[in-house]
Amino acid sequence: MLSEELKQFIGQSVDTSIFEVEKEPIRRFADAVGDANPLYWDEAYAKNSRHGAIIAPPGFLSSLWFSGRPVKWGPKERPTECLGPPALMDALARAGYSKILDTGIDYEFYGMVKAGQTVQAVSIVTNIMERSAKEGKVVFLVTETTYTLDDGRPVAKARSMTVHQ
Amino acid sequence: MNIGDEITPLAKIATTQTLIKWAGASGDFNPLHYDPAFTASTGNPETLRPIVHGALKRQWLLHLVTNWIGDDGDLTRFSCRYRAVDYPRAMKTTGEPVEGETWWCKGKVTKKYVLDEQHCVDCEIWVENGKGEITTSGKATVVLPAANG
Repeated sequence: MLSEELKQFIGQSVDTSIFEVEKEPIRRFADAVGDANPLYWDEAYAKNSRHGAIIAPPGFLSSLWFSGRPVKWGPKERPTECLGPPALMDALARAGYSKILDTGIDYEFYGMVKAGQTVQAVSIVTNIMERSAKEGKVVFLVTETTYTLDDGRPVAKARSMTVHQ
Repeated sequence: MNIGDEITPLAKIATTQTLIKWAGASGDFNPLHYDPAFTASTGNPETLRPIVHGALKRQWLLHLVTNWIGDDGDLTRFSCRYRAVDYPRAMKTTGEPVEGETWWCKGKVTKKYVLDEQHCVDCEIWVENGKGEITTSGKATVVLPAANG
């Protein structure tokens, strides 16, 4: 049975972050992937493209949680070693689930994010399920994050799935 | 472009160095991906040594699709599931990995249709390990200029 404490998170917003999309982090990201797309690297090329500027690769926004400036917490209050929303990760640890493994992601993309833009990310826990596996009990967590530009236009939605042990 | 067409495959190599780069670039510092003492303590036979980040394999597949559609195509939907673990190659020198596994990102067109006057293409995409086993699989929908769609 899922603990009452964990149940309370279902349907709740667990994090809101604001994120400035910058060229250098885009390049470091593309470098780690081995992606030489000039839209991420070459200012002049990107300027002449239909986007008019360096763009962020799809998927780049998922690194937002880690580097974004949290709205609810001060910059020093968010533990950098934490791999998810702190309150939820703490509750999972109290229930005996301190290890995390990614199992998949679903994206919807509505537009491109350009270097220089500011993005807000709002994450909601859509489901938490406890199951018995061969390694013992595990928790499946589904989090939905909506990314919007500062003019309010949504640019992407991500549904990420993790398993906690 | 027709149903059954192959997406231009993309070769990828994950090394211990790649995973450190990815940790820094993505912000995912889970020690599961770089700390052998930590992984040995997990008790899970699949993670007794560091494994490749699922999100890096996701990003390889996103690269596969954006590389294939080019500057004028738009990726509108994407999903993937991490089906099996992968292990990075060790480094031989500061810049060169040891001989070993190469991963291939592949895909094929499954559907072509017009929706809201946009030329859409659905495809299946996956990552194969060095043995040809699928360790990550997914789907993508792209919108292409009419001439290519």
